[in-house]
Amino acid sequence: MANTILFMEDVSVTFDGFKALNKLNFSVDYGELRCVIGPNGAGKTTLLDVVTGKIRPDSGSVIFKETTHLDRMQQEEIANAGIGRKFQTPTIYENLTVRDNLELSAKQDKTVKAMLFGGITGPVSAKVNETLGIIGLEAKQSWRAGLLAHGEKQWLEIGMVVVQDPDLLLVDEPVAGMTESETQNTADLLKRIAEERSVLVIEHDMNFVHEIAKRVTVLHEGAVICEGSIDYVHADEQVIELYLGRG
Amino acid sequence: MTKRLEEKFGGAFLIAAALFFVVIMPSLNAFTSPDSALHISGFTLNLFGKFLAYAILALGLDLVWGYTGILSLGHGVFFGLGAYCMGMYLSLAIGAEGVYKSALPDFLVWNQVKELPLFWKPFYSFPFTLLAVVTVPALFAAGFGYLTFRTRIRGVYFAIITQALALSVWLVFNRNEMNLGGTNGLTGFKKILGLELNSAATQRGLYIATAIVLCGAYLLCRWIVSSRAGRILLAIRDAENRVLYSGYTPSNYKLFVFTVSAALAGVAGALYAPQVGIITPGRIGVLPSIEMVIWVAVGGRGTLIGAIVGAITVNWARSYLTSSFPDYWLYFQGGMFILVVHFMPDGIVGLVRRLPEFAKKLMSKRNRSGPSPSGDPSAAGD
Repeated sequence: MANTILFMEDVSVTFDGFKALNKLNFSVDYGELRCVIGPNGAGKTTLLDVVTGKIRPDSGSVIFKETTHLDRMQQEEIANAGIGRKFQTPTIYENLTVRDNLELSAKQDKTVKAMLFGGITGPVSAKVNETLGIIGLEAKQSWRAGLLAHGEKQWLEIGMVVVQDPDLLLVDEPVAGMTESETQNTADLLKRIAEERSVLVIEHDMNFVHEIAKRVTVLHEGAVICEGSIDYVHADEQVIELYLGRG
Repeated sequence: MTKRLEEKFGGAFLIAAALFFVVIMPSLNAFTSPDSALHISGFTLNLFGKFLAYAILALGLDLVWGYTGILSLGHGVFFGLGAYCMGMYLSLAIGAEGVYKSALPDFLVWNQVKELPLFWKPFYSFPFTLLAVVTVPALFAAGFGYLTFRTRIRGVYFAIITQALALSVWLVFNRNEMNLGGTNGLTGFKKILGLELNSAATQRGLYIATAIVLCGAYLLCRWIVSSRAGRILLAIRDAENRVLYSGYTPSNYKLFVFTVSAALAGVAGALYAPQVGIITPGRIGVLPSIEMVIWVAVGGRGTLIGAIVGAITVNWARSYLTSSFPDYWLYFQGGMFILVVHFMPDGIVGLVRRLPEFAKKLMSKRNRSGPSPSGDPSAAGD
């Protein structure tokens, strides 16, 4: 437990009688890059919703860094506590510049008063420059974000989460709809980001999972059915049945 | 390229416009003879005083709708609160010169109220009234906004709730028991600050005050939208969830901008009442609130200048058409709204901004189709 950044115990979520999460036990270690896979409806996105406070679990506990009880916090409090979330579809500020997108996302005083009267501080600016380099959008920093290509929007949003400097980064299907080379770039990007923090990726694309993950968790009907290295998971009969059975 | 033109001449244009409304229009009214072609009549000036008051409200509504993406169908309420506050002062300023020669406003005598209700008494004071026209609508909006934004009520649901608010406040103000004049509202004003309200000089003064307040409101809104908080407003409009997950509390930003907007609407109402001479519940309800949204849509939402242009244009058209073709105004208004929504989503301002682009396209088309008058089919592809 001392080494876990995220610890979930007996977490259940029910929607109209449907158990989206069923006594889920799940944890992520510090510095880990973890992939969560599973068929549609397995509860992957619900898992992220619970961690980020969008959904309150019916029962169970969700603990961040040993002492922070996420199941009692507001979404923005959780974000400020050090958990960043990248949505499945690119969710960026289309009418602001790429640079503005990052500057607003960076860690800073986010009250109305501070934003009305304050300017951008040096450290924020430096952090934004660094992040622009990481996501490879330096040349397009003054573009209106809505003009970016799909893959670039995904990277921008990843950058917006990284610039918050979270300790745990949650990423929901980052390569859906990407070309092969974009997928490769995204894999490199996530691996680089994971050098400094814990990353939890939800993904369908098995090749991509193969590329990035050391440990993989398989969800099915709201519970973990298998966890281990990618090869171990691949060899598991229940997993094979699950994936082959669904085509 | 249009952007650069705007940056270059935008400031000069705004200063020119401000000078025109604040200095030139009232000067043409005061210092030219009525026979002069340049003369602006007291009637016209008064009409523009009303339009400019509406423009102040439109600025605030644009802040909420155009910039933050919150559609409010209840801004008539905040306008009305400001107007009624000013109306109460003006009613008390009549003194004993009313029809019944009583110190009480006429409608209270008519309703057989013997003593001035307690909440009327502070409105003997003009400074208090000035304070109230800002704070009453602002506090009301803050309370209403706190309850709705905190519970994450958004989009259409918020719009419907504000419409219900407009309807219920309209119903309340219609009641005689409110001691605010019922359906007749407050009227018969005679004096403001001891001056004859209906004299040309007083009305001109009110017009100038309105124009100056409009300039101030514009500068305030411009400061807000160009601050970093202004960018957060746009961000909330584009992707509220992203804002939330970036660690902001969007409801605080919405509450802030909604309150500022309500205060501007209240100020607009307070400037409207003495210039039009009457405020009734009819200015508060659902229909006027929707009309206010139309002004912003026509002018161009999401641009401050668009809100001003829209409020003036629509109301000017309205006063022209209602006097020349009284039966057709409603059709015209409806048609205008459909036209704007379908063909000019960015309103008049958007259209003007695209003009250079259109001109360019037209020019290049003409150049290309020069040799063959019927147009060159091979050029249709690009």
